Amino acid sequence: MTNTADTRIADSIRDAFIAALLVAVLGFFFLALRTDIAPGGLALSTRWGLWFTAIAIVFAVRLLLNLFVYRAPAGAPKPESGIGKMAHRLSGYSTVFGYVMFALAAALPFIVMALFPVQQRQYIDLAILIMTYIMLGWGLNVVVGFAGLLDLGYVAFYALGAYSFGLLAFYFDIGFWVALPLAGLLAAMWGIVLGFPVLRLRGDYFAIVTLAFGEIIRVVLINWSDFTGGPRGVSGIPKPTFFGLDFTRGEGGFADFFGLEFSTIHRFVYLYYIIFILAIITYFVTARLRQLPVGRAWEALREDDIACRSLGINIRNTKLTAFAISAMFGGFAGSFFATRQGYISPESFTFIESAIILAIVVLGGLGSQIGIVIASIVMIGGMEMLRNLGFLTQIFGPDFDPVQYRMLIFGLAMVLIMVWKPRGLVSTREPSAVLKEKKKIGADLIGQGEGHKA
Amino acid sequence: MIAAAEAMTTADRSDTNWDRNPILTVENLTMRFGGLVAIDNLSFNVGRGDITALIGPNGAGKTTVFNCVTGFYKPTEGRIVMRHGPGHQDEGVAAVTASSNKWGQTAEGAVYLLERMPDVEISQKAKVARTFQNIRLFSGMTALENLLVAQHNTLMVASSYTVGGLLGLPGYRRAHAEAIDKAAYWLERVDLIDRADDPAGDLPYGAQRRLEIARAMCTQPHLLCLDEPAAGLNPRESSALNDLIQYIRADHGVSVLLIEHDMGVVMEISDHIVVLDYGVKISDGDAQFVRTDPRVIAAYLGVDDEEIEEKPEIASLVVEALGEEAATEAGIAADGAPPPEAIAAQADSAAGLADAKAHPGTRPAGLDGAREGGPDRLTRINGIGPVNEKKLNGLGIWHFDQIGAWKKKEVEWVGSYLSFPGRIEREDWVGQAKVLARAAGKAKTTRKGKQGGGQ
Repeated sequence: MTNTADTRIADSIRDAFIAALLVAVLGFFFLALRTDIAPGGLALSTRWGLWFTAIAIVFAVRLLLNLFVYRAPAGAPKPESGIGKMAHRLSGYSTVFGYVMFALAAALPFIVMALFPVQQRQYIDLAILIMTYIMLGWGLNVVVGFAGLLDLGYVAFYALGAYSFGLLAFYFDIGFWVALPLAGLLAAMWGIVLGFPVLRLRGDYFAIVTLAFGEIIRVVLINWSDFTGGPRGVSGIPKPTFFGLDFTRGEGGFADFFGLEFSTIHRFVYLYYIIFILAIITYFVTARLRQLPVGRAWEALREDDIACRSLGINIRNTKLTAFAISAMFGGFAGSFFATRQGYISPESFTFIESAIILAIVVLGGLGSQIGIVIASIVMIGGMEMLRNLGFLTQIFGPDFDPVQYRMLIFGLAMVLIMVWKPRGLVSTREPSAVLKEKKKIGADLIGQGEGHKA
Repeated sequence: MIAAAEAMTTADRSDTNWDRNPILTVENLTMRFGGLVAIDNLSFNVGRGDITALIGPNGAGKTTVFNCVTGFYKPTEGRIVMRHGPGHQDEGVAAVTASSNKWGQTAEGAVYLLERMPDVEISQKAKVARTFQNIRLFSGMTALENLLVAQHNTLMVASSYTVGGLLGLPGYRRAHAEAIDKAAYWLERVDLIDRADDPAGDLPYGAQRRLEIARAMCTQPHLLCLDEPAAGLNPRESSALNDLIQYIRADHGVSVLLIEHDMGVVMEISDHIVVLDYGVKISDGDAQFVRTDPRVIAAYLGVDDEEIEEKPEIASLVVEALGEEAATEAGIAADGAPPPEAIAAQADSAAGLADAKAHPGTRPAGLDGAREGGPDRLTRINGIGPVNEKKLNGLGIWHFDQIGAWKKKEVEWVGSYLSFPGRIEREDWVGQAKVLARAAGKAKTTRKGKQGGGQ
């Protein structure tokens, strides 16, 4: 017994030493050396104290972890820790959790106005952004989560929706509320058009072609300058009206009509409620579709397309409906984006947008709608929150600029979440129909569909 | 020659259900994958209300036939007719074949040409359902959901293609409740009602097989194709499966076509058995006919010795077909050394080919007995089993070099004599024999040299 304990201590020390050595090597350039701007070029200054402190901390923490935390033999399953349990519990009480979230979201602008009167505009704007991504996530979830088709070009439909409205407004002077359904329909139509050629593709090839479509749309928008305005984009897109009332100062405006004192915040609150209602519609439609035969066929397709064929399910139509519906919600969101910004250009629709939306869906757990809400808040909200990490300057010195480390910290957080929950925050699946008792289905049994197969 | 062989191996045609009232007719089906001929000019009938088994050694092309029937493969040649109405409906079938349609309505019911239809329509319209050799359930969905997915097309119509369902119209809600009732009925039938809300991937193997059959039945098929339903089941599950298949046939009037290796299942429940070997039909009839057909025995005994030992059901077939004595002599149960004439006579009678002149080609010249040093072990040639070895010995073929000397005519004659034309070329007995003869020659000289040196 003592013998094994001795070897364990020896192993722990060796491991801690290796970790410390690693930090020493890596930290030498980042911590120990430092370039300062000096007259006539750069000057090198050294910070040995900081370097040694870092090495010492890593050695000590690593040793303590080895001795007291990593006690279980390697490879043995570790019990889920704190946040894991919480997320599991959240999914367990998803109905209650959903209601609370819904109530919070519905009252959010007023809560913000009451709590943060100074930063209200900034926070409501952030809430609008998060809501937009939630809606996009729910839209993309139809294709990626339900039907299991890895779509890397979802931003194309977002762009189509935005440009549909932008150009309709520019050429035909059409307002937001008329353009909204048209934008959705146009995007859905393009979803079918782009869906046809990729129907026969599987796995990686499917993902690559959707990625290409996303880029094609953007490149067309840039180069077709006569029609789309090219890189200059489309500006002067009308703001949404409230039953014909503009959010302007003076006669006939919203504030004037209701006898309120004019404030720019009214328009933001209104925009928030528009995207909130759009997102809620997206939620209910997609949640309902999941329980209908078409939604079950999507999920069956994800599980096993050959079995689907043997059961007489038309795979082509099933995939196309998934594409069209997903694209339609992307179009709605795009159209909202255009009216919120008042100006659109192809720059807003780069691949990184597709990647962020996909990351939200994957992080939330494929197919999980509540997971997407959490993931959107974490990703979009977290990324914005990292802009104001003033307190970090107190730790790392006054020269530390948190904005520069934003993406680094964020990327690290993403990696950690995926290590700890590889199938997303909410990885269980709720059955779409129940005979007696509703049971959650564990992630290990659920297929991930095309593009995820080894 | 093929036609003659066909006539010879097929049981009396006049009075079988499958020839009087076929639900499915496969005619001249050929499937080529590049240069490989997986199925060669195959024709058979599946009787309405029959349980028909498709058997044959591994690689005989059984699953390929299934994939052609269910539309997963498009056959290279041939016609596959599915009839919803009784009888042959020859005129209706001819009319549809002449037209460019995939199916047509006749007075008795619709006829479908499956080789023209994609897999989706075969399930949806022609009402042919299938299961898979490697179970293909939707493992992340519950047992109930699996059965609801199978009712997709009915539910799609009931939900007015999603619109009605989205609005929650009463018509859809009623259809949904009916679909659940139907799923519950089948879950009850396959004894899985208590596990209805468990994911299919969590069920034990036997239960997954049953669930797959239930799922196929939820598409309301007229013909159910089961690909090795008893594979991996224990004897108790296997007998429960027999009951289930017979129940499906009796209470739902569904005809069943099954591929099976478990001879116990095949012999017990099949009304009609079709035997394939290398993509060619070698026998077609009821269980009694097939189990005594010398071609079937030859096909199964052509396989390696180990395989026979592994498959007692084949051994028992041989025993029944040849009689205890011959089987014993054939080296299955014991290694005896009876006089060659006796074996030759027995082998001849077993093959039903007493008249050697009836075969095309030339009979290879034989020896009266093995040369000095004893006969070669002909079973070392891949493709020659103990029975064929005895038969060849009966012809006076004792040594590798004798087989190595065969020309085309001899090969043709022996192929016909042993009841598997074409296989000798395919397995290259002659080439194998040449190599073995050379090796044997070398061994002999070295042995002699050593002996000489010793003395």
